[in-house]
Amino acid sequence: MSTASQTTPRIAPGRAGVKKELPDHFKDYRHVWVFLELERGNVHPVSFELLGEGRKLADKLEVQLAGVVLGPPGEMVEDAVAEAFAYGADLVYIVDAPPLADYRNEPFAKALTDLVNTHKPEILLLGATTLGRDLAGSVATTLQTGLTADCTELDVDSDGSLAATRPTFGGSLLCTIYTLNYRPQMATVRPRVMPMPQRVDKPVGRVMRHKLSLVEDDIVTKVLGFLPDNQSAMANLAYADVVVAGGLGLGAAENLQLVKNLARAIGAEHGCSRPLVQKGWMPADRQIGQTGKTIRPKLYIAAGISGAIQHRVGVEGADLIVAINTDPNAPIFEFAHLGIVTDAIRFLPALTEAFTRRLSPHSRDKLAS
Amino acid sequence: MHIVICIKQVPDSAQIRVHPVTNTIMRQGVPTIINPYDLFALEEALKLRDVHGGEVTVLTMGPPMAEDSLRKALGYGADRAVLLTDRYFAGSDTLATSFALSQAIAKIGETFGRPDIVFTGKQTIDGDTAQVGPGIAKRLDLSQLTYVAKIASIDLDTREIEVARRAEGGTQLLKSRLPCLITMLEDTNEIRRGSLQQALCAARRQVVKWTAADAGIDDLTRCGLRGSPTVVKRVFAPTARAERAAQIDTAERGLQDIADELIADILTRRPALEHELAFNSGT
Repeated sequence: MSTASQTTPRIAPGRAGVKKELPDHFKDYRHVWVFLELERGNVHPVSFELLGEGRKLADKLEVQLAGVVLGPPGEMVEDAVAEAFAYGADLVYIVDAPPLADYRNEPFAKALTDLVNTHKPEILLLGATTLGRDLAGSVATTLQTGLTADCTELDVDSDGSLAATRPTFGGSLLCTIYTLNYRPQMATVRPRVMPMPQRVDKPVGRVMRHKLSLVEDDIVTKVLGFLPDNQSAMANLAYADVVVAGGLGLGAAENLQLVKNLARAIGAEHGCSRPLVQKGWMPADRQIGQTGKTIRPKLYIAAGISGAIQHRVGVEGADLIVAINTDPNAPIFEFAHLGIVTDAIRFLPALTEAFTRRLSPHSRDKLAS
Repeated sequence: MHIVICIKQVPDSAQIRVHPVTNTIMRQGVPTIINPYDLFALEEALKLRDVHGGEVTVLTMGPPMAEDSLRKALGYGADRAVLLTDRYFAGSDTLATSFALSQAIAKIGETFGRPDIVFTGKQTIDGDTAQVGPGIAKRLDLSQLTYVAKIASIDLDTREIEVARRAEGGTQLLKSRLPCLITMLEDTNEIRRGSLQQALCAARRQVVKWTAADAGIDDLTRCGLRGSPTVVKRVFAPTARAERAAQIDTAERGLQDIADELIADILTRRPALEHELAFNSGT
């Protein structure tokens, strides 16, 4: 990547900045690992997205792709293992022990660190969820290796190094980060940044089982309970097929109702850009963008959103992006597919009405005939 | 009880501009603020002090100008401020940062009393990594409680703490032990405004300034760029899509007309959506 190195002189490299011959104790680090996050019995979808991405990296490096499953002994772990194979893992490392029933940093960090030290992956990927970020930070610190958070793109360089790209400077630019002289190379990726790979049922692969090297009494933190979110009240933005969102162009908090009305008319989820959360107009779990949710809907309608890169990286995976903004020079028109230069406050009600007309049973009957 | 809170002075990201030609960040004249998430942690620390007594020490690593943020924190009511500043820290990634901060916290413990709780915000608005808190916890062997929405109780006699923590799909209720490291979630607290008198006093208060050596760091290879396993190789602006958005013509037409054309355009591009939208809308 000579082009990359030509653009580097602005950043003075330190000890880590120049790739040296890897120290002997790192030379047998091989293979790509994906941590599978178990969430109350189910594997978090981000783990499958990472297996899809991990498969590509492993194929480029001509190494194996392994999943890591940590959990209580039983069906939950076995199901996760089967899913890991279905989404492309060649082998799965399992640590199953009762203290791993609920997530706590201590036993999970211990289990993952021990696995890494024993089986030495070259690359270790985790989801940038609350669990994944909590775990990755401790594991990287214990292993004294590099960790790149919230990547939007992963690749393998010509010399086999992991090139991890993420937004920087509050989301205004992108940067590519390497961990050249330490192993494993670790990265987290937000849910929905990578596409979901095809699920293929395949014969069971290789399973490697390990023991947890601590017992419940060693663990300081105890789980007292878990209050699940009220599903109906929780935004399922990340996995919604259609999303309508509003930005500062809506001018006032009450105009967000126009976004919600359109969303309801077409069965969509609604969201907003970061400034609206900062103003307190919408709760944080509705924020779309690098520091909020990444979405990959089939249709995304952005009303009064200018499209700073913070927002852009959160919606780029959408199949069809429609932008409504009064400013013809707004950056959102650079990455939207369809644009309308108009005032969203006036246009949203008209669009809602037109959709309702088009989608009414009467017009559907006409369509069918 | 002694609480240490780590804050960071960050550029006000809302006001950062990118140079249109060179694609570099224009930092000149961009005001700095205390990382907003750290303010929630600071407020929580002050609230705990109100209830349990003790002291709040605020710590930052940064250039000499970061003293401003520490003074602000003193103005909000912190008891003591420590600025860890040394050219050896320049270019630190999260691993090197957590090393330096943990060394400084250990030194604060020796000098001013061992902390019962170390607070950080859930992440910074410039780095957004959320990695420094867990890094500090690991290095100081503190129990780690991240994304804490609420501290339910603290018992200083039994050294136990109960918290509500944000998890995937719900809230986890945890019991752990002091000393611990807590990263605090947003929206947990109304942030207090210090009184005018506090602000005036803060301007005259002394900020403790430590170099790497003062903080007891003798291995400088673990600091700054040299101590950072990650290296930024390339900074760039995202490439524009080859084509700009296709524009729907809005000249001299009624809004309904435009809306109909937009819908027709959407459904021509994605015919499968027609069924899905009709189905989802449930009309």
